[in-house]
Amino acid sequence: MTDPLALRAAAERQASTLPPLLAAATHLASTVILGDHGRRRAGTGDTFWQYRPAQVTDHARSIDWRRSARSDANFVQDKEWQIAQSVALWIDRGASMRFASSDKLPQKATVARTLALACAILLIRGGERVGLTGTDLPPRRGTAQIGQMATLLAADDDADYAPPDTRGLLPQSRAVFISDFLGDIAPVEHALTRAADAGIGGALVQILDPQEEAFPFDGRTVFESMTGALRHETLKAGDLRQRYLDRLAARKDRLTTLARTTGWQFSTHHTDAPATVALLWLYQSLAQPA
Amino acid sequence: MFTLGPLAFMAPALLLGLIALPVLWILLRAVPPAPVRRRFPGVALLLGLTDAESQSDRTPWWLLLLRLAAVAAVIIGFAGPVLNPQAARPGTGPLLIIADGTWADARDWEARIDRIDALLIEAARTDRSTAVVTLTDPPVDGPQFQPATATAQGLPNLIHAAWEPDAAQLEAFADTLTGDFDTLWLSDGLARDSRAPLLAALEARGTVTVFQTPRSTLALRPARFEEGNILLSAARTPTGSALSVPVQAIGLDPSGAERVLASVDLAFAAGDAVAEVALSLPPELRNRVSRFAIAATLSAGAISLTDDALRRREVALIAGGGDAEGLDLLSPLYYLREALAPTADLIDGTIADVLLANPDVIVLADVATLSEAETEGVLSWVEGGGLLLRFAGPRLAASDTGRMAEDPLLPVRLRAGGRSVGGTLSWGEPKALAPFADTSPFFGLIVPDDVTVSSQVVAQPDPTLAERSIAELADGTPLVTRRIIGQGQVVLMHVTANAEWSTLPLSGLFVQMLERLAVSSRTATTEETALDGTTWLPQAQLDAFGTLTDATSEAGIAGEVLAAGTIGPDLPPGLYASEDASIAVNVAGPDTVLTTAQWPAGITVEGVETAAETPLKGWLLTAALALLAIDVLASLAVGGRLRGPRADVAAALLVALLLGLSPQPVAAQTGSPAADDFALAATSAVVLAYVATGEAATDEVSEAGLRGLSDVLFRRTAIEPAAPMGIDLDTDELAFFPFIYWPVVANAPLPSREAYAKLNRYLASGGMILFDTRDADTARFGSGSPEGRQLQAIARTLDIPPLEPIPQDHVLTRTFYLLQDFPGRTDSRDVWVEASAVDAEQADGMPFRNLNDGVTPVVIGGNDWARAWATGQNGAPLFPVGRGQAGEIQREYAYRFGVNLIMHVLTGNYKSDQVHVPDLLERLGQ
Repeated sequence: MTDPLALRAAAERQASTLPPLLAAATHLASTVILGDHGRRRAGTGDTFWQYRPAQVTDHARSIDWRRSARSDANFVQDKEWQIAQSVALWIDRGASMRFASSDKLPQKATVARTLALACAILLIRGGERVGLTGTDLPPRRGTAQIGQMATLLAADDDADYAPPDTRGLLPQSRAVFISDFLGDIAPVEHALTRAADAGIGGALVQILDPQEEAFPFDGRTVFESMTGALRHETLKAGDLRQRYLDRLAARKDRLTTLARTTGWQFSTHHTDAPATVALLWLYQSLAQPA
Repeated sequence: MFTLGPLAFMAPALLLGLIALPVLWILLRAVPPAPVRRRFPGVALLLGLTDAESQSDRTPWWLLLLRLAAVAAVIIGFAGPVLNPQAARPGTGPLLIIADGTWADARDWEARIDRIDALLIEAARTDRSTAVVTLTDPPVDGPQFQPATATAQGLPNLIHAAWEPDAAQLEAFADTLTGDFDTLWLSDGLARDSRAPLLAALEARGTVTVFQTPRSTLALRPARFEEGNILLSAARTPTGSALSVPVQAIGLDPSGAERVLASVDLAFAAGDAVAEVALSLPPELRNRVSRFAIAATLSAGAISLTDDALRRREVALIAGGGDAEGLDLLSPLYYLREALAPTADLIDGTIADVLLANPDVIVLADVATLSEAETEGVLSWVEGGGLLLRFAGPRLAASDTGRMAEDPLLPVRLRAGGRSVGGTLSWGEPKALAPFADTSPFFGLIVPDDVTVSSQVVAQPDPTLAERSIAELADGTPLVTRRIIGQGQVVLMHVTANAEWSTLPLSGLFVQMLERLAVSSRTATTEETALDGTTWLPQAQLDAFGTLTDATSEAGIAGEVLAAGTIGPDLPPGLYASEDASIAVNVAGPDTVLTTAQWPAGITVEGVETAAETPLKGWLLTAALALLAIDVLASLAVGGRLRGPRADVAAALLVALLLGLSPQPVAAQTGSPAADDFALAATSAVVLAYVATGEAATDEVSEAGLRGLSDVLFRRTAIEPAAPMGIDLDTDELAFFPFIYWPVVANAPLPSREAYAKLNRYLASGGMILFDTRDADTARFGSGSPEGRQLQAIARTLDIPPLEPIPQDHVLTRTFYLLQDFPGRTDSRDVWVEASAVDAEQADGMPFRNLNDGVTPVVIGGNDWARAWATGQNGAPLFPVGRGQAGEIQREYAYRFGVNLIMHVLTGNYKSDQVHVPDLLERLGQ
């Protein structure tokens, strides 16, 4: 990557995917109407909460003179406490995510990125701080964050299955893990328990291709992972179907159990289903208290 | 060749390849189907799963069987199997194949050709030289032996004739035979004397094998006329059980089409060789019959052409002298009746009556004068092809008919009184007849010595007498004269029809002369002498299959040949005609008897029919291909490629494979749906149209204007127009629209040449165009303003009649409303229409001139009517007209002008009539 020309070309290629990704994410985010984020108590914020008699500690400039003029006492206007939440996103960039069973369906990675970006847009619009796990992009406010996030999301990983990255997670914050969770489950388990220990709540979104759910194969077949590192040959693929589906169900069950014990939310999204549903679910689950 | 029952193999060695099949079985069984490679992220979940059963690594037995069957079919196919192989005929050396080639072959000629073909193939296989000969057309210089393949090439040219072999020709043919050869003789199954000598000659050269199928052969004899019925008879061989064959009488029906006129069943009794049936037909129908045919039998022998022998002429006999009582023998018509009765239908009656029957011949015996009407009637009948035969007699001799001027119904002028020779009071001997000249229709008839003439009427010597005389006395006096009138002729016998003046009616010559004149039909027997000196032109000829072909281009045939009646190359069966008569020459004569040919005991007789040799190679290879195609499908199915993500591709390939060369969809029809939609929209209701000028603002105004006018029409009148349409002069059909509004835009391009042609057609066929220059006619009809000049440019090529400003009595002023002004948004009076006829005049008491019919094709003005009419979608006016109430009144008048205009377009000059006369008179103050 030291060759400036190659670098430029690579950068352009990367950038070329961004506008559609951003547009798709913005489009997706626009389908959700922001709800109320108030904390239902007095604190720093913009909206009026209540009048209270002025204390000695109150600064004179904080007295609401209009209210005070109607009575003998001085009153201070309290605002509703509005606090920004930090949300860290982890998107699986492994090769297994770059799978699409047909030309008509998007890759799992595309769905995951769109979903993550849309979620980030929503959150930032709601005033939260959003970032990526790891050290690249700590949670921050502002729309500039979205652009940076999109750039970082475009990067790919060469490994078949990438383990969750839990670095940089702030205590008592929120996190979202988006992956197909088809690889080794142990790193996921480890990451979740660690997060739960730090008081971090969040959501797991499993993105699956319809073919991965149906296993519509028959006859003598050699199955290869996306990088070709893993191989499995069978003579009668049809016979494997039930056992594969059982294993997949067990994997989902394991993830559900894990989420329940750690206080996280878990959902599966298929690439042929509308992303709005997944986005709504994700947004709702983040709104729930940890 | 290796024979196995009805199967034989051309290359049996290849069958050894079948031994390899078990080896192939083992090989195929050992090789499992190739795996499919698939990318699948879920493979992590699959790791460690093992196959429950390991059966599929071997090819399934049924797939193996399929493949083995395909391979076996290929091996057997290339081994050249043949079904029903022809056993080799023993013998070497040249092979002569003889076909009789007669009409009796026609029924199975194709089978015979096929048989000869099979024999030739066989001969080719054994390298024998061959020759094919038909006995009806034997080669003059003997059979030419050639390689069998060369002979087979000439086989399609082999034809058979409608006659039988000529004995003399066969004898000559037998003499040309040289060398040793075997003979195969395809017999037609009929016995004839010429066979035995030829057979002997052939047997001297080698073995003779005869192919003869026992089958029924029928021959229809010529129809006879007997006692008012047509007698049909047919011969058959072999004489077997009872058989009934339908015989059809075929001829032209009154419309001139050939059809079956009657049908009768000819029943052979069991054991009878000949059957006979009588057919009774009305004379009218009988005369139409041109041939009889045994139905559904393909042979010249099953056809019997009819000629004059069957045709009965209608002859009207009329004698002068009315009801004079006399002895029968003295009646002028007695001998005519005797001569004609057997062969013609006789009609009696007055001339007026018989003319209605349209007879072939009218005989007037000693009738001197005819009334004016009768003369005219007879004359027109003669001109239409009738034959008027007149006999002289005392009355004709005494009358003045044809004395001074030529009588239209007499061939020559006659001298008064006639002459008598050899009578009691006259000198000289009765005169004999001179031999007939070769220009005479009687040429060739022998004049008997005992025919004498003692009295006759005498023709005036005229320049034309010589050419009109067709029979003369020995002294050169014309005895029979003839004149051609139109398509018919008038013939005068200068003697009486009875024996008073001559002995001619007593002789056979009289009958023959009548025959030659086609007064009577020829009797069934042809006498050689009667045909001497005549030439007969073939009209139609029969081929061996009994198909009648036109033969008018063939050379004529001498009467002697015809009389001999031996059909052959010189006299093919058919219909021959001379001047007025026709003779049919048929395959079967009146006493033809058919006999089945019997062959000597030493001759091998085989049937013609044979099971055809069928090579099975093609079928087997096709079967192998089909099996392999099935194998493709089965392999895909077993390999799991018919399911899974690429199944749709596989299915598409399969469908393409199965459909193969499915025909391309038929090209779209010429009428595009868009054009159809346009036509439907334009014709489902009255639609006002405007010319789309290309200037959006103008087009919008036009559309709004016509919409407003349409609404007004809808509300006030019976016209209920649909929404107006803009039309493109180049592309759209104009004929759908009764009315076109054309706002003239100064800078618009002129219409194309095609558009002009269309516009002119439109104007000529009753359409109307309203040209609106929209310049308030400030320039007085188009001389100064840009729109006016544009209008001039547009109109230069248009077929526009002379114009005039709308006259006060133009029908436009009263088609619906009574109007004198035609305002639009402006109020100029100059609106121009087609000029009324120059000679239109105002009748007394009429308020209007009697103006020309039809609708003016153009109305030209500049009052910007569209803006005055224009309404928006809500019906409110779009543009102001004038000021205040006066403006609204002007708008109202603009609408009224529009209503009148459309009424004028749709109803023409309907309102030119008197309906409103009282009101109009009142309004006009008269």
